[in-house]
Amino acid sequence: MSAKKETLGKTIGVVLAVCLVCSIIVSGSAVGLRSLQETNAKLDQQSNIIEAAGLSDIAAGDIAGTYDKFVEERFIDLSTGEYVEVANDFDMYKAAKQPKYSVKVENSNVGFQYRSSVANIFLVKDDTGQVNRIILPVNGSGLWDMMYGYLALDVDGNTVRELVYYKQKETPGLGGEVQNPSWKAQWDGKKIFKDGEVAIEVKKNADSSSDYVVDALSGATLTSNGVQNTLDYWAGDNGYGPFLKNQTWKS
Amino acid sequence: MAEIKEMKKVLFGPLLDNNPIALQVLGVCSALAITTKLETALVMGIALTTVTAFSNLFISLIRKQIPSSVRIIIQMTIIASLVIVVDQILKAYSYEISKQLSVFVGLIITNCIVMGRAEAYAMKSPPFMSFLDGIGNGLGYSLVLIVIGTIKELAGFGTLLGFEIMPLIQNGGWYQGNGLLILPFSSFFLIAGLIWAIRTIRPEQVEPKE
Repeated sequence: MSAKKETLGKTIGVVLAVCLVCSIIVSGSAVGLRSLQETNAKLDQQSNIIEAAGLSDIAAGDIAGTYDKFVEERFIDLSTGEYVEVANDFDMYKAAKQPKYSVKVENSNVGFQYRSSVANIFLVKDDTGQVNRIILPVNGSGLWDMMYGYLALDVDGNTVRELVYYKQKETPGLGGEVQNPSWKAQWDGKKIFKDGEVAIEVKKNADSSSDYVVDALSGATLTSNGVQNTLDYWAGDNGYGPFLKNQTWKS
Repeated sequence: MAEIKEMKKVLFGPLLDNNPIALQVLGVCSALAITTKLETALVMGIALTTVTAFSNLFISLIRKQIPSSVRIIIQMTIIASLVIVVDQILKAYSYEISKQLSVFVGLIITNCIVMGRAEAYAMKSPPFMSFLDGIGNGLGYSLVLIVIGTIKELAGFGTLLGFEIMPLIQNGGWYQGNGLLILPFSSFFLIAGLIWAIRTIRPEQVEPKE
């Protein structure tokens, strides 16, 4: 038996057979489960947007239905702030690497080199179809890695409603507290612009009664700085500044 | 009857008498990384148990056909395929948790427990016993993960499976979360403590001095 086992032909045969069976199983599971996985990824994104929209209570589990009813995705050209038409599955974070959309980031320590010239934004409407919130995707580096979030603004384009981080790798318990509900609650009602300039500050031991100051996370200076840089960049003229000043959603 | 006794030994032995983490000190790296929350520890335990059990089963089924010159590669292929399938299933049915476990599901491939059981047990034993052995060792691994995960989540966040047990100061409670226990390396202390405890109860596990 053991002598037969070691012939070259048999070795290759067994290896090929094992590879064949394994590859069929792996590709079968990957193809068979793909649609479920894509639905999950989409639902995950939608539930973050629903949270930023302040609709979590209304949605009560029906994420997709609520999303379809109240949220509209639009695309804007960041330099002009005007709506543009692009493919439906456009993703601003992927597009940042494509030559067609890539724009170099200058004079900012937001933490990435290129951004897309077009951004996905989300308009939240009430029952009558009036826009009542604008949700802007923002990202910037924290202490360890890029942090991704949604900034939800009131219809005046100035008052913050939510800042929801949905993807971050900050230290749990310290920087990871960007996802703590009580910290997030501070953002409600803060103002971003003062006389047309970005004025919002994430500051330590701050007087949080001011409309422009949010108390920094204790023990997480670099994460807090990351949040500051993110907002400075994205609310500024290179980010959503033109869109917010233009108030495109009102036209 | 001897059969049933043997089955019991194979299935429950790895829990305490022959624990893969505590006695054999295998698979420690994933035990460090994903025990911050009890939920991830539980899912990781289930995932690893599944992979070990089925890799043992399949390898044992074809053990007489596997040429010994390429046996490690064949074991790796089977284990890797199973891990990919588990990863895909998690992504499809438990997206939130698969996000938290991120690369660690993929790293089950390199977990010494799976490979170790395939090489040490499944290559010599019949399929059913190998399957039980895989489950037993997976459970032994899960047990350690659950103990460490419970301690870390309770002391670090004041919660268990996300339910608040001890309200944290930053949420208006009284408990100051232990920041050290949230970090991955604190599992080193906890696993060491666990090994010490098990070896105090079972002195026969202490290695002889050289």
